[in-house]
Amino acid sequence: MTARELESHGIATVIIGSGLDIVEKCGVPRYLHNDIPLGNPLGHPYAAAEQRASVASALQLVEQATAPTIRFGKLKWRGGEAWRVNYMKIDETNRETLRLAGIENRRSRLEQIEKGEKR
Amino acid sequence: MQYEYETEGGLENEPVKYIEKTRSYYEAQGFDRAYKWADNAGIPWHRLSKPLSECNVTFIVTAVPDGTIPKLSRQGGSFALDEMPDAFRTDELSWDKQATHTRDRESYIPMVALQQLAEEGVIGSVSARYHFVPTEYSQSNTLNSDAPAIRDACLADEVDIAILVPL
Repeated sequence: MTARELESHGIATVIIGSGLDIVEKCGVPRYLHNDIPLGNPLGHPYAAAEQRASVASALQLVEQATAPTIRFGKLKWRGGEAWRVNYMKIDETNRETLRLAGIENRRSRLEQIEKGEKR
Repeated sequence: MQYEYETEGGLENEPVKYIEKTRSYYEAQGFDRAYKWADNAGIPWHRLSKPLSECNVTFIVTAVPDGTIPKLSRQGGSFALDEMPDAFRTDELSWDKQATHTRDRESYIPMVALQQLAEEGVIGSVSARYHFVPTEYSQSNTLNSDAPAIRDACLADEVDIAILVPL
């Protein structure tokens, strides 16, 4: 949404991220998708060359794209592919934990609202 | 939604469906109303009017520089690049804590990469300010408050390009 606002006012934007479906749905001018776990959108931790390459690719996308474009980066996660299944996985081992976490989540939000901490 | 698609290496696996996963996850937590993700028909478009080598570039992140501010109170804002903290607060965001970590700031903050590219003349300059936008449940807060504030700051700083890096 922020990218859309800036683009509407003459600032070219590009998003670098790993959440393709969310970004695609929102409708953004340019997006470089690194197909790796959420948390290191620019590249593996401490992989400076990779991180720089992501930034350079995103800038190139700004320079070259002539229409809203999604570019798929070439990064491959070194830790294997289990993260695709494991992220936010729900099964009988955690269903009760999640239910209790939800109760705590709602309690905590209400407490923050009562303290005047919600904008 | 009309996009052009291009690839640097091809997708070997189907990308994770985060919208579906998030919906199920919060349902399992007992939230009975699914989050309605932003879904827009048209896409704004502005083509660069000068070479990349003359562009002033900023970046916008969702990791918060000042983690002492309560999460529900955080607002979009602009910060001096030369006062960037060594670490940002990221634990409250929904990145994959099983698969990775965020101890390397440069894996989600593009400052060093941009400074190198500026020194090499690939871009004109890195803007003196970067920007934070909170991951907000309320799209109204983002649309009516945070995004306009960042927009105004970028216009004041004569930014040509903004790189957004959501965590």
